[in-house]
Amino acid sequence: MTIQNREAFLDGLAANLGRPRRTEGVKRPIWSVTPQLEVLKGQTQDELIEALEKQCQAIHTVFKRTDKAGLEQVLEDTIQAYKGQSIIAPNDQRNDVYGLTNLFKKLEQSTEIHIWDHTKEKENQVFAERADLGITFSDITLAESATVTLFHNKHHGRTISLLPKAYIAIIPKETIVPRMTQAAQQIHEAIVKGEDVASYISFISGPSNSADIEMNLIVGVHGPISATYIVVD
Amino acid sequence: MSIKINESPYEERVQQGIENDFMRLAVSSAQGRFRSRKRIQETELGNWEDWRQLGAEIRKHTVENLDYYLQQLSDQVSKRGGHVFFAATAEEANDYIQNVIRKKEAKKVVKTKSMVTEEIGLNRALESLGAEVVESDLGEWILQLDEDPPSHIVVPALHKNKEQIRETFAEKRGYTGSDIPEELADFARSQLREEFLTAEVGITGCNFAIAESGTITLVTNEGNAEMATTLPDTLITVMGMERIVPTWEEMEVLVSLLTRSAVGQKLTSYITSYTGARLDDEIDGPDDYHLVIVDNGRSKILGTEFQAALHCIRCAACINACPVYRHVGGHAYNSIYPGPIGAVLTPLLDGYENHKELPYASSLCGACTEACPVKIPLHEMLIRHRQIIVEKEKQAPMVEKMAMKGFAKWSSSPAVYKLSTKMARLALNPWTKDDIIGNGPGPLKDWTNSRNFPAPSKQSFRSWYKEREKSGEE
Ligand code: SF4
Repeated sequence: MTIQNREAFLDGLAANLGRPRRTEGVKRPIWSVTPQLEVLKGQTQDELIEALEKQCQAIHTVFKRTDKAGLEQVLEDTIQAYKGQSIIAPNDQRNDVYGLTNLFKKLEQSTEIHIWDHTKEKENQVFAERADLGITFSDITLAESATVTLFHNKHHGRTISLLPKAYIAIIPKETIVPRMTQAAQQIHEAIVKGEDVASYISFISGPSNSADIEMNLIVGVHGPISATYIVVD
Repeated sequence: MSIKINESPYEERVQQGIENDFMRLAVSSAQGRFRSRKRIQETELGNWEDWRQLGAEIRKHTVENLDYYLQQLSDQVSKRGGHVFFAATAEEANDYIQNVIRKKEAKKVVKTKSMVTEEIGLNRALESLGAEVVESDLGEWILQLDEDPPSHIVVPALHKNKEQIRETFAEKRGYTGSDIPEELADFARSQLREEFLTAEVGITGCNFAIAESGTITLVTNEGNAEMATTLPDTLITVMGMERIVPTWEEMEVLVSLLTRSAVGQKLTSYITSYTGARLDDEIDGPDDYHLVIVDNGRSKILGTEFQAALHCIRCAACINACPVYRHVGGHAYNSIYPGPIGAVLTPLLDGYENHKELPYASSLCGACTEACPVKIPLHEMLIRHRQIIVEKEKQAPMVEKMAMKGFAKWSSSPAVYKLSTKMARLALNPWTKDDIIGNGPGPLKDWTNSRNFPAPSKQSFRSWYKEREKSGEE
């Protein structure tokens, strides 16, 4: 695609910087300090889960923990708690592995279920807009900030975790890392290897909120109004 | 240039700020809350100074190699199906964006909070085409309904109370509910949801562009940036040319510094990283993507002693730390960039002519420099500004007198004078001889070397100023 006015613009910057234009060979220096690597360093997976649970309180998010066998029940209870009458979820391979496909079949009688299907185009968005619940897996989970990372693609639309009133994230235990540093490293390494980065990566920490009215925290603005995380051992 | 908010003289604006009691209270309580939240986060990390050091190193390296990283960024965006436009001036940027809107025949544009679009006056440019521009950030939306300028970078509607907001909603949008914040927000949610779904174009700013992958990262809490980048078919990013990092690893560090310093959160609810246009078979996101990279005076700062001002990540920590801002409020600065960083940046971007008083809107206590997560020496830059203004104008005493007049007005209310004078005295005390400051240390050194700066009076700036006038001292 087009790039306009670049050469004159960048030549000008180089001139102001008082040196010839740099078009190659710039290397990041080795930074003198790396405090980001110290956070929750050396913690076990269970200790990270503890940190995650603690942070969930700060971000107004319900924390639940179960194992694969118990997930179906916990998820059903959570859906009930939200009075979820309509649910949207990505077309994710893990839906089968974690028993979501079974649960959705079971709920189908009483609940509208929509699994993302790109051949249905905008219909996906329309459903998401009126859905009570969006349910997705977390791809990388950041313990420090209680953040789920979602890599969106044609099977996983951005609106699933955005437009419905409530959001449920299923967090496989092995996706949990200390903090955003490890997620950024993974993405950076993939780029260095020549992989294309996803067109949209969201780091989501709890429900949407605002402090714009007299500095009072209001939970639930444009995105979901409430959120639950379910960690699966 | 639209970096200026209005034409009323500085002294008047300062006075208005001081007389608006709600604003004063709101500002000082917001400052206090932001500062204590920031402090909690700093303490919890335990090695905040290392974080600041890392932030400063990253910003310095990036700005020193800005041409290289902008080239990489634009190549990557183009590879991912995006158009990149380098705009030397505000006019060029607005022209380009107007063209996109025209081609799309767009009637409605939905925006997220962005300083640079304010700076270039984009809304007016779009409205002149007949397009409706909707600000989607809750605070910005409130201000837009009321046609009021923002008073704080992070909390733009800080100067409004909930009763005023209720009135605005009722008057402009037929709202019939109460002034309970949750209810107000719920009304805004439903009103804005409609706007998101019907807008043809989304426009966002940029917290950090990532050069290695052509990715734009936005830091928000409300989810409006996600809406604007997901629903409209055309998306335009407007970024100040310095808002860039080399890789995801640096983005991550600066985001951590930003969210902690701005709002005392480990991360905001949404950190969103989008790259180019949507891919094949993706439904959400734009099929037409444009990145506009804006200079508008920034390049003049490169290679000068003020280069570090371009390291700013717009966290507002310096604003929250500033005792002058506390008393005059954001509008007094008459710039979309208020507080210490505004006092440094505004004269650089818009020239000294209209902003001579700004470098004097500081007690030189150094709280801003200490608060800055990327270690910009803000108060030293303010001193340099003062020197330059004095040198430039030759008739130094006149200029000083003018500036001090504004300053004196600012300290005309007793509560204000108490704090400001006390702080200034505290900062200057050990070097005060006969109430004239001779060889000041650190921040005051350059200044005091070149001329004798009168020490803050034991009474108040006002009485000091009056005395000075009476005795005919220049
Ligand atoms: S100058 Fe520093 S403290 Fe002020 S807004 Fe910029 S980064 Fe934040």
